[in-house]
Amino acid sequence: MTTIAELPPGFADKVLSAQSTFRSVMDAMARPGSVQRIVPMPGTPDTMMRGTAAIALTLFDHDTPIWLDARMAESADVTKWLKFHTGAPVVQDSSIASFALIGDGGALPALDRFALGTSEYPDRSTTLIIQVDSLASGRSFELRGPGIDGVAALLASFKPFDLFERLHVNEALFPRGIDVVLVADDAVVAIPRTTRIVSKGS
Amino acid sequence: MNAPTYNFAYLDEQTKRMIRRAILKAIAIPGYQVPFASREMPMPYGWGTGGVQVTAAILGPADVLKVIDQGSDDTTNAISIRKFFAKTAGVATTTATDEATVIQTRHRIPETALNESQVLVYQVPIPEPLRFLEPRETETRRMHALAEYGLMHVKLYEDIARFGHIATAYAYPVKVNARYVMDPSPTPKFDNPKMDNCPALQLFGAGREKRIYAIPPYTQVVSLDFEDHPFEPYRFNAPCALCGAENSYLDEIVTDDKGSRMFVCSDTDYCEGRQAAGHHGSLSAAPYKEKAQEVSNG
Repeated sequence: MTTIAELPPGFADKVLSAQSTFRSVMDAMARPGSVQRIVPMPGTPDTMMRGTAAIALTLFDHDTPIWLDARMAESADVTKWLKFHTGAPVVQDSSIASFALIGDGGALPALDRFALGTSEYPDRSTTLIIQVDSLASGRSFELRGPGIDGVAALLASFKPFDLFERLHVNEALFPRGIDVVLVADDAVVAIPRTTRIVSKGS
Repeated sequence: MNAPTYNFAYLDEQTKRMIRRAILKAIAIPGYQVPFASREMPMPYGWGTGGVQVTAAILGPADVLKVIDQGSDDTTNAISIRKFFAKTAGVATTTATDEATVIQTRHRIPETALNESQVLVYQVPIPEPLRFLEPRETETRRMHALAEYGLMHVKLYEDIARFGHIATAYAYPVKVNARYVMDPSPTPKFDNPKMDNCPALQLFGAGREKRIYAIPPYTQVVSLDFEDHPFEPYRFNAPCALCGAENSYLDEIVTDDKGSRMFVCSDTDYCEGRQAAGHHGSLSAAPYKEKAQEVSNG
């Protein structure tokens, strides 16, 4: 059993670290495919990457139900750490979650298990935060859409292998849809629902 | 310096998190108005409470802030907001468009082209473009959901039927990313083309109406029009009287009580920059000649 005192600390400077993390995520969301860096934090619980932990401290609170996948949920440390530092309720029902933390992309549930928003309120959707292997190497993709001047190139190695194919549903659903944030250690790439992705092979 | 009794940039952290989440959704759904729990700010509604909250949520210590009101850096509203953030966040402020990383604006887009490292924050009084056509929020929300914008075209058509042309001169409705019709805030329609494919991120905050919306960089923004009545940006017949600019938005300044008037750039930074670079208009003011003399004497 880990006691609260043994949990990894949060931000050293709550205010300024949250601000710089948010600006990285905002820039990532505004320029899909661009790799943004998050100022690393000293310690993170278990299976949680530094980027994921920083995003959690920046965006989660009592207003945001969180859904954890099996990999994240199996660690008591992650749950305790989230509860202590953010106060966000961890929910079992993924369809009411504001954010979903995905530690093992291979076991990502079908996207319609998450909140997709409604036509009147498309903002009431789940944002997926998926931890991936790399955002610097791997398969190559071409991205188009708002925020991108022409075409953006992305190199990424991730599971599930067919994530971007699955995200095609955003095209038909729009303005409903799923926004995705990919995290590899301290690197962050966002794929908002407006982004269209073409695989260029490996 | 930070005023010690306030958190950095005035707002508390929980409020910032709430606003930040709204901003991320707004960017992901271009032109859609995201409801947010707008706070009371130490200024009255109508003075930029929405823009101030958005700015407070994104501002960091390394940012350089510029605030304009109708294009001017030196009006009460602009100066007060600039001082507010200099005091509560300790950020550097500027009046030069190209030095700023965050620009908060009321009713204008700077004449100087924006770049990728900048964020433009608009103060918005009434975010709903359909509000004067349909007062019920439940109805306008459904119209946005169904992309049912016929009513807006009828309004523009009625302009043509009555005046022979589309008479809407400010808050001219735009369609963002071929989906949502959006109110660009009461900017003159002269500025509408600058929103299209803009390299900078554009954020809109409406404090009283509690909405945040956004246009991501490089996003298509089309001013609504008809094939036989295409959108026409406002044209001026004369150049700026101070700097001679022929392609900027002009303000009318009454100069006496006998009906004399002059037309000068509404963007003060742009106008001063051009005058400093040696451009002259028909009524170039004395201070620049005096300054030039001081330089040559000194």
